[in-house]
Amino acid sequence: MSLLNYTLRIGDSSLILAQRLAEWCTNGPTLEEDIALTNISLDLFGQANGFLEYAATLDGVKTADDFAFKRNENQYYNFLITEIENGHFGDTIIRQFLFSAYLYLFFQKLATSKDEVLSALAAKSLKEIKYHLKHCSSWVIRLGDGTNESNEKIQSSINKIWEYTGELFELDQIEKDLVKKEIAVNREALKFEWDQIINTTLNQAKLMRPKDQVMKTGGSKGIHTKHLELLLKEMQFIPRKYPDAKW
Amino acid sequence: MIKFALIKLLLMDDKIFQEKIDKDRKIEPKDWMPEKYRSHLIRQISQHAHSEIIGMQPEGQWISRAPSLRSKMILLAKVQDEAGHGLYLYSACETLGISRDQLISQLHSGAAKYSSIFNYPTLSWADMGAIGWLVDGAAIVNQVSLQRTSYGPYSRGMIKICKEESFHQRQGYEIMAELAKGTKEQKDMAQDALNRFWWPSIMMFGPHDADSPRSGNAMKWKIKRQTNDELRQSFIDKTVGQAEVIGLKIPDPDLKWNEKRGHYDFGEIDWEEFWNVVNGNGPCNKERLDHHINAHQEGEWVREAARAYANKQIKN
Repeated sequence: MSLLNYTLRIGDSSLILAQRLAEWCTNGPTLEEDIALTNISLDLFGQANGFLEYAATLDGVKTADDFAFKRNENQYYNFLITEIENGHFGDTIIRQFLFSAYLYLFFQKLATSKDEVLSALAAKSLKEIKYHLKHCSSWVIRLGDGTNESNEKIQSSINKIWEYTGELFELDQIEKDLVKKEIAVNREALKFEWDQIINTTLNQAKLMRPKDQVMKTGGSKGIHTKHLELLLKEMQFIPRKYPDAKW
Repeated sequence: MIKFALIKLLLMDDKIFQEKIDKDRKIEPKDWMPEKYRSHLIRQISQHAHSEIIGMQPEGQWISRAPSLRSKMILLAKVQDEAGHGLYLYSACETLGISRDQLISQLHSGAAKYSSIFNYPTLSWADMGAIGWLVDGAAIVNQVSLQRTSYGPYSRGMIKICKEESFHQRQGYEIMAELAKGTKEQKDMAQDALNRFWWPSIMMFGPHDADSPRSGNAMKWKIKRQTNDELRQSFIDKTVGQAEVIGLKIPDPDLKWNEKRGHYDFGEIDWEEFWNVVNGNGPCNKERLDHHINAHQEGEWVREAARAYANKQIKN
């Protein structure tokens, strides 16, 4: 049961962030960037699909689509940072940069999990995440060191989104038990390296790292921001409206 | 005297150019070409590129609501393909001496057009099927023909694009086939989408040959290889059977196999509707263009920052 919950936590974050990023389709600042953001979205949907398929296997009754389309927001376990609204391009880039840096470290460790499926899914995802991190870091630098306007905008993005980063490194009892079994990743231990990646890029981008503050938390317990309910309402609209239909 | 020599030279160029065309050789960006050939191509390729880009909107609106993970990934990948096609085509167009910025401002000012089919709304999930099956299906008929177009970059772009478009068409047809064998609500949804998209799809081939003023030169220069009516007939002939297989009815009471012609006869197209939509009065013309203009304007600070950063790197 705890392995199922753990798998959902990973899949949910990818799914919700993918759904958010797909909103950029036809809205990118350039055609090339439109393609890049939706490409990242597509990678994340693929990852979500893999983890939710595994969750379905562990569950034995539900399908991956049931998990995606038939759970309420309090049954979703994604990190809050993945559900906040896209905002402007700078907001999206900062969110993606902070989260990709985390995922990069997380999947590196998960690739050594004793659970073979999790480790295989992580190894596959890692290749994609490396590119996401590289792409977003280059934009953080370009916007931070571009014009005064872009510097101010993206500095305010990071100040605003920072409070969602604390949750990435919190462990509850479910995860602690799985860490002992060498199945889950000890996320607390990722913080040091994450700080280094973030600090190096922010420094290069001429941006200030925000001071640590009281952090938002709740995703892994199913306690979310107001944004998730609306996102799910739209995403789940067809399967909920036609419960007998197959798609 | 000099003027006379110049005219003679131009006539020579024109002769060599037409000979090349007649021998089915490709015209390449650095080759001499008549100005009218160049402007015809810019108009046609840019219209094609803008259609790919504006065409992302009606389908893009359904990515967030796609009803399964699989359908969501397929639709997202498809819309991305369209963005990619837009990129190839803008690049092909740029080889004729016009910049992407100029092309986009022509789109925004209304000087350049895009395919009218994208000015119709997408009202249900079945529209994703109808667009793939019919709209991409009609586009393929046109594009397969354009693979042999005389301008090299356009022709090569089309060959690449056609490979992806045929996937889109099959994927759209799969959605329709699944819906048609689903619940009653799903089947109704599919039929309704077919009803709404059929006529606009066959209008995609443009006016009848007799009413198509630019076709003469385009055929002579082998930019176009088949006429509007030939392409339309070929699309109808291959689509009727596909509808029958999945049990959907094409909304044309005059549709009938004509043994003598070896083609389907079909009803009269509502040209008034066609011209209305072309002239900006379709259901979504304003919405589509406004969306593109807004996204472009909102991205200005990002493009400006990227330019400023790039300039700093050059200076350093």
